[in-house]
Amino acid sequence: MSLVHDVAPSVTPAAAVQDDFAGPLLDPALPCPPGLAAWNGSDPARRFAVHRNNVVSGLIDALADTFAVTQALVGQEFFRAMAGVFVRRSPPSSRLLVFYGDGLPDFIDSFEPARSVPYLADVARLELARVRSYHAADAEPMTGAAVAREISRLVVGDAQGTALLRLALHPSLAALRSAYGIVSIWAAHQVEGEVDLAGVAVWDPEDALVMRPHLDVLVLAMPPGSARFVAGLQQGLPMLAAAQAAAREHNGFEAAPALEALLAHGAVTAVERMTSNSPRGTEP
Amino acid sequence: MTSNPGKSGDLQGLALPCAAGIGLKPQHFRDVLQRRPALGFFEIHAENYMVQGGPFHHFLGRIRELYPLSLHGVGLSIGGVEPLDEAHLDRLAALAARYQPAVVSEHLAWSSHGGVYFNDLLPVRYDAATLARVCAHVDRLQQRLARQVLLENPSTYVQWHGTDYTEAKFLAEVVRRTGCGLLLDVNNVYVSCVNHGRDASDCIDELPLHAARQIHLAGFTEDRDAAGERLLIDTHGSAVDAQVWELYRQVIDRTGPLPTLIEWDRDVPSLDRLLREAGLALACLRQAAVSRHAADLELSP
Repeated sequence: MSLVHDVAPSVTPAAAVQDDFAGPLLDPALPCPPGLAAWNGSDPARRFAVHRNNVVSGLIDALADTFAVTQALVGQEFFRAMAGVFVRRSPPSSRLLVFYGDGLPDFIDSFEPARSVPYLADVARLELARVRSYHAADAEPMTGAAVAREISRLVVGDAQGTALLRLALHPSLAALRSAYGIVSIWAAHQVEGEVDLAGVAVWDPEDALVMRPHLDVLVLAMPPGSARFVAGLQQGLPMLAAAQAAAREHNGFEAAPALEALLAHGAVTAVERMTSNSPRGTEP
Repeated sequence: MTSNPGKSGDLQGLALPCAAGIGLKPQHFRDVLQRRPALGFFEIHAENYMVQGGPFHHFLGRIRELYPLSLHGVGLSIGGVEPLDEAHLDRLAALAARYQPAVVSEHLAWSSHGGVYFNDLLPVRYDAATLARVCAHVDRLQQRLARQVLLENPSTYVQWHGTDYTEAKFLAEVVRRTGCGLLLDVNNVYVSCVNHGRDASDCIDELPLHAARQIHLAGFTEDRDAAGERLLIDTHGSAVDAQVWELYRQVIDRTGPLPTLIEWDRDVPSLDRLLREAGLALACLRQAAVSRHAADLELSP
């Protein structure tokens, strides 16, 4: 903490210089750090403001890169003001800025001025999932034919075996559920120029599957229940149990479309048959 | 051109040529691979590639087979009062092992403090305690990577009362004590000199030019301080200024040609625009090489 410095310029110990400097970078209420000088005797606060601006604007820019549709939905001015509040409240702790903004969707949920755009936080979650998927670990997808062959092999002569089949999924796969048409909203913004949401089913719930089997990130709209189903698969549940869990939460849920989507787009990397005490991934 | 990704040993030993390079940007990945422009090297910001998989590694791997690489860290906080982040050092070492860069560099600055990453290159006070700390951090970095690293001179906007060293003398001392090299950012020299009312040629004289292994050039934006004097901001969002080109020619006239990077990190232009800027640097390098050669000839009996 810096106290008032009197006229005799006591020099701050080196270890404390950065405490003094760091605090006011994110807190506009704190004064310019003590001990700073300018060659021409001008007020160093004006110069220190360069760093304040670099820090806050730079972090807002990083958020704007990740949350482009979120920004488009509320406009640049609103987004930057909102992001500025978030940046000062939750500055990054990691030096890897690419994933900065993990906390922004929850912040948006609690940000009173954004209440009038109720789907904003979920669209932000979708954009975050896209960035995570883009940079996720790579894995070789299985073709649909290879999956079918593997299933036949695993359950041959054992009709009960199908209930024990589970899928290993691509590391880039994410599943989101929303009470809004987040994929339709997001997709409507993947064009140049003005976006008109008039024809978009904003209020119809959509689950989203996000994955990057190769170089491009895919975003698929799925019926409600699909995200629960995929989450079950990701937890290591057999397909049948994951489908049942999704059906318990979503009346009439059919696993087939989600399974077909996973297979068609290369989100399956292995098929396993669970034995009574086999931990995940160990297969005879 | 053939490549053999199975033999990473083939990638070793590629030094940065004394030619011009540019920063590698994701929007240019495909363009670079298709066109294979005549450039000396590419530079990447290490932190951008500290991700598990995906297009960044896919394309960097392929581009690395075609060009030497400069690995430029922006987040190690070498000037910080806190100890170096060993997990971050591990990530940097893993990248260096994977891509075998010709040079690894970092900044004389700090960017993390008290659990916050500020995403800005913050200035250090040039005092004896800070010098000892920076040297200890550079020692640790060089030890962890088992190689010489280059330290970049910063753009600064403020100074402290009662400092013990000028920036150039501070850097010279770090180089002397640690054996690190200098990444001479000529734009930063110009920006800092204007911002602190000094003569850029004098600053160049004080810098440890003998240790310079690479040069950075970039564009700045112009503001005013509280007295209405020019205050230059190192923004990397525009072409290199004419005054910086002039200073660059002075520098390489003295050092001889050095690998030179065009930095353009915001409002990134087309690959062609970057190649034109790199071409200007290459023309200066050729001129410097010719002058050197002529001087050598005059000196020889």
